[in-house]
Amino acid sequence: MLTFTLRRLLLAIPTLLVISLVIFLLVDLAPGSPMSEIPLTVPPDVRQKMIEALGADQPVFVRYFLWLRQFFWVEPAYAFDSWFGTTLAEGEQRILSWQSRSPVFTIIGQRLPQTLIVIGTAYLVGILIALPIGIYSAYRQYSLFDQGGTLFAMIGFSVPTFFSGTLFIIIFAVWLGWFPTKYDTQLEVVDWATFWEQIRQMALPVMTLGLANAAAISRYMRSSMLDNMTMDYVRTARAKGMSERTVVLKHVLRNSLIPVVTVIALGIPSIFGGAIITENLFGVNGIGAALIGAIHASDLPMVQTLAFIFAVLIVLFNLIADILYGLLDPRIRYD
Amino acid sequence: MSMRAALLGAVAALGIAPAAFAERGTDGEVKLTFPQAVSIMNPYLSGGTKDIYASSMVLEPLAGLDPDGNLITKLAAEIPTRENGGISEDLTSITWKLQPDLKWSDGTPVTADDAVFTWEYCTHPEGGCAQATKYEGVAKVEAVDPSTIKVTFSGPKPNPYTAFVGALSPVLQKAQFAACIGAAAPTCTDQNNMPIGTGPFKVTGFTVNDTVTMAMNENYRDPAKPAFASAVIKGGGDAEGSARAVMETGEFDYAWNTQIPPDSQAAMTAAGKGQFVVAFGTLVERLEMNLTDPSADLPEGERSTAKHPHPILSDIKVRTALSKAIDRSILVEVGYGAGGKPTCNVIPSPDAWASDNSGCIAQDMEGAKALLDEAGWTDSDGDGIRDKDGKKLSILYQTTVNPIRQDFQALIKDWWTELGVEVELKAIDPGVFFGGDAGSPDTFQKFYADVEMYANNSDNPDPETYLGQYQCKNAPSPENQWQGENINRFCDPAYDELHAKLTQTTDVAERQAIAKQLNDMVTKDSMTVIPLVHRGTLSAHSNTLGGVAINSWDTEMWNVADWFRVK
Repeated sequence: MLTFTLRRLLLAIPTLLVISLVIFLLVDLAPGSPMSEIPLTVPPDVRQKMIEALGADQPVFVRYFLWLRQFFWVEPAYAFDSWFGTTLAEGEQRILSWQSRSPVFTIIGQRLPQTLIVIGTAYLVGILIALPIGIYSAYRQYSLFDQGGTLFAMIGFSVPTFFSGTLFIIIFAVWLGWFPTKYDTQLEVVDWATFWEQIRQMALPVMTLGLANAAAISRYMRSSMLDNMTMDYVRTARAKGMSERTVVLKHVLRNSLIPVVTVIALGIPSIFGGAIITENLFGVNGIGAALIGAIHASDLPMVQTLAFIFAVLIVLFNLIADILYGLLDPRIRYD
Repeated sequence: MSMRAALLGAVAALGIAPAAFAERGTDGEVKLTFPQAVSIMNPYLSGGTKDIYASSMVLEPLAGLDPDGNLITKLAAEIPTRENGGISEDLTSITWKLQPDLKWSDGTPVTADDAVFTWEYCTHPEGGCAQATKYEGVAKVEAVDPSTIKVTFSGPKPNPYTAFVGALSPVLQKAQFAACIGAAAPTCTDQNNMPIGTGPFKVTGFTVNDTVTMAMNENYRDPAKPAFASAVIKGGGDAEGSARAVMETGEFDYAWNTQIPPDSQAAMTAAGKGQFVVAFGTLVERLEMNLTDPSADLPEGERSTAKHPHPILSDIKVRTALSKAIDRSILVEVGYGAGGKPTCNVIPSPDAWASDNSGCIAQDMEGAKALLDEAGWTDSDGDGIRDKDGKKLSILYQTTVNPIRQDFQALIKDWWTELGVEVELKAIDPGVFFGGDAGSPDTFQKFYADVEMYANNSDNPDPETYLGQYQCKNAPSPENQWQGENINRFCDPAYDELHAKLTQTTDVAERQAIAKQLNDMVTKDSMTVIPLVHRGTLSAHSNTLGGVAINSWDTEMWNVADWFRVK
């Protein structure tokens, strides 16, 4: 297991390097200019000066190697400095966003908390809703509950978040006035009142995303349960006189969870990636909103860094899913 | 007109009067929301309107502009004129006096050195200053004494109110930015995000592209202002969401740039929590005619250049017919509602500068058809499309991806099809269209199409620079890497000559007359530019927010110090 893990980790290094180069070239070759958001009243020569000041006129490989150096040396050194008070990164240029001239990692640091809280909660809520629905739907296949569950899943799958989100805003914020529509990122939870405030402002985005997440996972859970329900060991368990409860929740559920856990683990990087549409709609301003904003503004350092971090997370969680698989199912070992 | 002005004045007086009795910081928090979030608080490093408006609550110039386009003092004690001796007789220098006892929000005094430093900061060759045009023609800025700033120009400057006037060129604090000059400018993150200013508010917290939190500036020059103790600008989302947060849920007090469809405007107003306000500047949505041949058959480097005149649009009769076939009132109704008016001018306001050209407003389909017949374009083969010498009257019409623009494209295509013109539509991502990348065939400057539509404006009520765009030398071409604002490749020596005269003329009435003439030359006389809609900027404010006076000549937050809570 350890050699397997090490081998996979070592293999990840060239993979990620190739990914980083591909992302860089893709982003660089995409049409658009960091000056496209500047009003037309700014004349061309001033634009040219601004591009030069950003270093955006350098050849692509110069910028790529500079970015590699900044990402793998300057930024870690900078983090090390701020933890231990050393001066490794003194005088080194950090990765700066072209749009805001702020260090990219500072922006990510500001945005990660709300993304993790809101998107993470939505994911958790989605799982908590999905598992019982999936289990019971499979146990009572074609029952009224199952049909209802299927309908719920279909709605969650097929209604895009920009529609369901807007619908929730109109119902719960405009008509009923229960929840705010704009997420206040500056809110600090210090007492019960602010905690309640935080819950209220999370309600709409979590509802919107939770619906979509629950739909997908409940389908996986259901089909995995159905596969196992007809297995021989289930008949054996019943024949031994075990209660239905033990059969379903102990025997069938445990075995059915294996593929579902993989699906859940593989979905975790998307929490870090944020939810572009939902974040924008509710003003959560997390990583997803940062990414789309940077893409619109052709903010290459920001897009490149974010896309690469997502790549790292995806490679990492694929590995974690594989390891979890081995842990959950003793029949599967990689050595 | 005078009646309207009087009424407006009375309304403004009523609006501002209660604020005069208010005390500083008694009205709690004012909450603003911008659909585009604020990226940076230093306008010299950003051309983005969102950044300029946000920073204008903190940073101030010497003088600003009021909603009518008149100069008002900010840090200056008075507006320098030739009469009061502030502007030299030969128009080569302007001398500003600072108000007495001005302080930065950190308590240190504001001096003329700060203004001198600001000029050095923005004109440093490696700084990449976005507002360099504000200091164009400035030979020298010097501190005559701690409260006197003398700006010397390299030649006579009829409009000297560029440097240090308006939210685009505020005064920076030398002490804070001294180390941030030149190549270091973009790296000064803390300074750029939390500049020390003289405005009614100071920055207390900044998260990039998200939220700016501000507190009242205890050192603000008017001890009774601002009425609000703190302010917050929340960014992100879209125009619809911002408008809703003010007009329907009441979470915010002010939403900038709430450009939403007319039916949504009406529905939100009906909720009764707030109102939309509109300011008309010089923003004009227009069709630009390509006077050169964009044909793909031409070799690269010769497409859309002066070498090859346009085979169809070179004829003024065709251009006029295309304009006559359009019903601008319907365009306004569909796209902008209260936020737009039909126009035939590239300079639609201020009134004193706008030509009385309104000949294009009424649609004249028959007249348009007659013109095309006259020009020799007839439908000889009966397929519904006009032709001449075996060539079809076929046009490629491009614009950016934007729901209103696509509606406009569909409507105009219908009218032109009725006219017997074959129209192909194309919509381009705005990042590419406005990106100016010389390698891309889809930029508005390259203009590889026959007609294109977008909006442009003058950032100064005096349109000298703006009108300068249509000089021959500003035509984009391979020689200048496709940069330049004269995208029609319009070239009329008489125009260039008249514009040169404008730059030399000092008498305001005469300048206005010349500007009108120049406007007419590119619009009704030559139909090079076909203006469609004079667009306002639409913002929304809550009924509980008082003192708002929307301004299209300067920042919308120009009088944020006077805003107050209606109780």
